[in-house]
Amino acid sequence: MLEARTEERSEIEEVARRIRRDIVTSTTAAGSGHPSTSLSMVEVVTRLYFGGVLRYDPADPHNPDRDRFILSKGHGAPGLYAVLAEAGYFPVDDLKTLRKLGSPLEGHPNMARLPGVEASTGSLGQGLSIGVGHALAARLDGRDLRVYVMSGDGELEEGQVWEAVMYAGNQGLDNLTFIVDHNKFQQTAAVEDVLPLDPLDAKFKGFQWEATTIDGHSTDEVAKAFDWARGVSGAPQAIVANTVKGKGVSLLEETPESWHGKALPPDEAEKALQEIGA
Amino acid sequence: MSLGLSRIDLPDGAPPREAFGEALAEAGRDERIVAVDGDVNNSTFTSKFAEKYPDRFFNVGIAESNLIGIASGFSASGKIPVAASFAIFLLGNAFDQIRMSVAFPNQNVKLVGTHAGISIGEDGPSQMAVEDVALACALPGFTVIVPADAASASAATRAMLEREGPSFLRLGRSKVPVIYEDGADFQLGKANRLRDGDDLTIIANGIMVAMALDAAEGLAAEGIEARVLDMHTVKPIDTAAIEQAANETRGIVVAEEHLAWGGLGATVSMVVAERRPTKMAFVNIGDTYATSGKPEEVLAQFGLTPDAIIDAGHRVLKD
Repeated sequence: MLEARTEERSEIEEVARRIRRDIVTSTTAAGSGHPSTSLSMVEVVTRLYFGGVLRYDPADPHNPDRDRFILSKGHGAPGLYAVLAEAGYFPVDDLKTLRKLGSPLEGHPNMARLPGVEASTGSLGQGLSIGVGHALAARLDGRDLRVYVMSGDGELEEGQVWEAVMYAGNQGLDNLTFIVDHNKFQQTAAVEDVLPLDPLDAKFKGFQWEATTIDGHSTDEVAKAFDWARGVSGAPQAIVANTVKGKGVSLLEETPESWHGKALPPDEAEKALQEIGA
Repeated sequence: MSLGLSRIDLPDGAPPREAFGEALAEAGRDERIVAVDGDVNNSTFTSKFAEKYPDRFFNVGIAESNLIGIASGFSASGKIPVAASFAIFLLGNAFDQIRMSVAFPNQNVKLVGTHAGISIGEDGPSQMAVEDVALACALPGFTVIVPADAASASAATRAMLEREGPSFLRLGRSKVPVIYEDGADFQLGKANRLRDGDDLTIIANGIMVAMALDAAEGLAAEGIEARVLDMHTVKPIDTAAIEQAANETRGIVVAEEHLAWGGLGATVSMVVAERRPTKMAFVNIGDTYATSGKPEEVLAQFGLTPDAIIDAGHRVLKD
């Protein structure tokens, strides 16, 4: 049965710690992957899946009335997998198989192999358009479902994102929420030094969206933002979540440029797990 | 003639893209079908669907990448999206979106690209899809269809909508000679034998089918009997018909309105090389872009004529 799993605040923070743990252990076991981009999105996706927002059923992953979550920043796959395991789509133990031959937990999400993954991503900039297709289909069918899409901030450099933003705004797709994980760093440098985005919420508003900017690591602000999004009518909503790349692991937080797409070596992973406290 | 097919008339018939639009509008009774167009609906003729089913028609503007992504989302939500634009803007502009959001997750998206080939004439090379068949055939799981005339475009549209999985239907701009009667047999992946002959086989698709029939007439006047196969489906290719042609005739000419690399000629060659090596010759645009001009002038300048097919036949039959 479709339901929005609703945990107590303290439990959600505990879940967030477990997800951080799983991100670190799975990528270190794989010897590669993107832990830092996964760590920045933890509070947002934890609140989405366990804070009474997303309606889903791991036993019926294709239920047409389910809400959708599309991870457009596909390199955040370790974070998505940790959440899907916690939600019950597959055993947490399977996270050990990340990136290994035969495992459906591929380097980037593959919807054809892993139930719970709503879109195959990894070529940046494509998730929002796919979300628009789902949102239009829901509107056509009169289904009361919501579509959530999460993008990176560097990913907004892809032109397709703005094609989709322009169209979704024009269509007034109020069943669509776009979350930007604004963790400030892309592969080689700070987003600010490559192509500055600010003022970001104003860009969305200019395309007939409603937009809000929050602290993406505050579970209360994240919860409030999702409540706000559900209350908006006649326009899609953008949530700009200010986050820290590598959040929770000081080594990654302090030198984000050096760690994009790199797993922690085992000794650093040990230290990271102590910091995370899970 | 097998299959009850006959060549009715040589003068201009309806443009295949218009027949596609009519067939799509007809098929629209199925409420799962939606059409997504990149603001060329009066050229692709998805306008015919839009008139009947405005709620299920989406003009997303001149934004092919977003167009493909939206079609992918529709498919993942159980719709049957037809994604239409000029062939080169779909396959060219949005290739990565087609790869990532359609082919890789095996979405049930129906790409329809019009204004393909150099026979669009005056608008010139920027609008001419000449690489599109190669690009579409490169994608795992794709069905790639290049119909010869209006009736077969209509049949191809219906077949494409019925077959589960991603596909690309390639259509030109211009009117083309009528090859088929309405309701003639059309099966995806099965070539239509339009003329019998034991000396030579001409395999063609799209506008080259009519030219292949003309060339066969010319060859017959010289005493050479050419079999003509309409290979409307490039992928999956009809390997049996090709193997049979290689066995029963002395060589194969492949004619297509496409660059030399990666299209029908390359696909037929793989089958021939593996199953039954025989002499082959190719009629195509070669390895160059065309120019503006009247369609018939451009076709002639870049070697797409019945005479070019006859010459190729001579090369194959020369000892």
